[in-house]
Amino acid sequence: MLDWFWIIPALPLAGFLVLTLGPSLSRATVSGMTLATSTLAAMLSASIAVALLQQGFHPVGYSRSLWTWIDLDGFTTRIALYIDALSMTMVLIITGVGLLVQLYATEYMSEDDEYQRFFAYMNLFVGSMLVLVLADNLLLLFLGWEGVGLCSYLLIGFWYRDLLNGRAARKAFIVNRIGDAAMLVGLCLLFTELGTLEIQAILRNATLQWTIGDPLVVTATVLLLGGAIGKSAQVPLHVWLPDAMAGPTPVSALIHSATMVTAGVYLIARTHTLFALAPVTQTAIVVIGTTTMLFAASSALVQRDIKRVFAYSTISQLGYMFIALGVGATGAAIFHLFTHACFKALLFLLAGALMFSLHHEKDLMNMGGLRRDLPLLFWAAVIGAASLSGLPFITAGFFSKDQILLQAWISPNGGRWLLTAGLIGSVLTALYSFRVVFLAFFGEKHREVSKSPGWRMTLPMGILAVLSLGIGWLGWSPRAEEPSWFIRLMDTAMPVHQPDPITEAQAGMVAVLASSAALLGVAGAYLMYMQRPASLEAVVKTEAVQAIRQFLFRGWAFNWLYRLTIQKPFRLFAQAAKHDLVERAYDRLLVRPFLSTAGSAKGDIVDQAYERLLMRPFQWVADINQDDVLDRLYRGLTRLVEQAAVTARRLQTGQVRWYATVLAAGAVGLAGLAVLA
Amino acid sequence: MSGPLVVHAVMVAGILFALGLTGLLARRNLLFMLMSVEVMLNAAGLGFIAAGARWGAPDGQVMFLFILTLAAAEVPVALALVLQVHRRFHTLDADAVTLMEG
Repeated sequence: MLDWFWIIPALPLAGFLVLTLGPSLSRATVSGMTLATSTLAAMLSASIAVALLQQGFHPVGYSRSLWTWIDLDGFTTRIALYIDALSMTMVLIITGVGLLVQLYATEYMSEDDEYQRFFAYMNLFVGSMLVLVLADNLLLLFLGWEGVGLCSYLLIGFWYRDLLNGRAARKAFIVNRIGDAAMLVGLCLLFTELGTLEIQAILRNATLQWTIGDPLVVTATVLLLGGAIGKSAQVPLHVWLPDAMAGPTPVSALIHSATMVTAGVYLIARTHTLFALAPVTQTAIVVIGTTTMLFAASSALVQRDIKRVFAYSTISQLGYMFIALGVGATGAAIFHLFTHACFKALLFLLAGALMFSLHHEKDLMNMGGLRRDLPLLFWAAVIGAASLSGLPFITAGFFSKDQILLQAWISPNGGRWLLTAGLIGSVLTALYSFRVVFLAFFGEKHREVSKSPGWRMTLPMGILAVLSLGIGWLGWSPRAEEPSWFIRLMDTAMPVHQPDPITEAQAGMVAVLASSAALLGVAGAYLMYMQRPASLEAVVKTEAVQAIRQFLFRGWAFNWLYRLTIQKPFRLFAQAAKHDLVERAYDRLLVRPFLSTAGSAKGDIVDQAYERLLMRPFQWVADINQDDVLDRLYRGLTRLVEQAAVTARRLQTGQVRWYATVLAAGAVGLAGLAVLA
Repeated sequence: MSGPLVVHAVMVAGILFALGLTGLLARRNLLFMLMSVEVMLNAAGLGFIAAGARWGAPDGQVMFLFILTLAAAEVPVALALVLQVHRRFHTLDADAVTLMEG
């Protein structure tokens, strides 16, 4: 059974090939085929997960080599897959959420003209993502990494006839490229230093070869981190994610919240041994994660576009995962990744369903009062928002966030300040998630519902809602000293060297603090968006608050900053290079002086002497000697050339394809000669 | 790389080259002609790689890197020309883009 796990990524990739290379198929065939491959992949990964659990996860995982990719002296890379608890979790998320989102998309995209192209891209994405998480070596991982980047680009710009969508797609691609360049350099560094790209061998060799804080390992981890913050949209490379919402909503649910953007978290978790050797980088991760988490949560508070709220929320939740990675709690990071994939996919699907029902309306201010018309969506929103805010005990988000906060507090890399930042983030999270619920489903009605989503859209949301409530218990342990089932599972793949001891009192205190932060946020949202007391309204109207609001709305003006520091200088440089100095210098120093000298020297005595003594006698001789034999000879020659030119001109048609044909024929002729001779 | 594999690689290169050439001759859209040229370049590259593997010499890969660089350098020039052609003639049909009278 275990030997067959390579089929999981092969299924969607095969689907992609059929949809791309095959003939144009009917909608029913396309969706049927996609759903069939996704269901098969999901079932297969579930049964392999069961098989792995029954055997008990071996700490080193199972690897399977398919074929040799590159074979050179001293550098051999295989197409090899590796599976352990970490990659298994990722595979379950990708195939599970992937199946649900694709089922949803069959209805959501049913009106679209380019149904087949959409599902071809989706299949390619799922396949690449699976390659990414199952890769046995960093080069194959990089292949998957670039593959998902490509799909992200293609799907953000899916409706490419709108120029803005194309721009958003290019932005995502280019910003990601910056991080990927750093990552590629990191891979080269790791290879030259450790002599291999196989992940497990790298982790083994690194601990043998490097001591803690070695400059080389710090450099390597910083470069890998560069790739991770690009893909996972952390400050300062996060600017692409809010714009990436230009893509169809199922894409946002699957790629830009549940799976692809977590690739950075996965990369760091996968190579966590390296990061453990570089405390400086870990501190950097904590700082980046905390900044991102707070920045994005505050920006999400004021967005009007419902998808942008969730986009900033995704950035913010990824910030939590980075905090966990930075304090060395990789298990907690992956657990949050897992729960986040469920509830954020649910929220994005909900946003899509709202847009579906309201004629593509995305603006929260134009929604309202939808509770009665769309009761199913209302409950999905409440469950999703509750899980995102981490309402105590009933939601999955609570358990995973509680873990992160606890680890942030007790870890030597963290401390009280980190716990405080995390709690502030929790309050903000609850505030913006319930703002969405209150604005969209309560209050006055602004828009009539045009159509209700069918079962293919509501069923995935129902399943995700159940998961958003239920899976938290996997990460619950009855006694604080003992890690929970999920964390122990993760520890088989990512052994923690010295787990920090947790006391019952610490665990209890964090649980109380986290719950009260979430409840405080919900209460705040109720007060601000439902009650709307007059005093609060007055405060909001003041100029200072409006300015802050504008600043948050524009995502802390990062785009403006980049325009000012990168785009503008570049443009100026290009402008300057257009009329550059060298050209002007030539003009001033050489061309103009020469022209003016030549002008003034016209008709001087030298000129006159030449004319009298040479030109005129010559002209006279030429005049009397016209039309002799030599002249006729030359004239004949001119005529010959003229005739030849007229003939040769026929060859010069200006038809590029004709030239190419002649060229090819000539090459074939020459090759034929060479063969015959 | 063993013998038969080299033969296969060279065959693939030949097929690619023929495909590219066919595309170049049959297509009228300049963009697609450009793509066909790229395909032909890649076919040549594959030929070099295969030959390099056959003789165990790095030259093949060195040549491939050169081809890659060449292709990268060629694309911006060609695309700029395509843009200019489109601006001037408002079409990308290679047959329509001529001012010659021969």
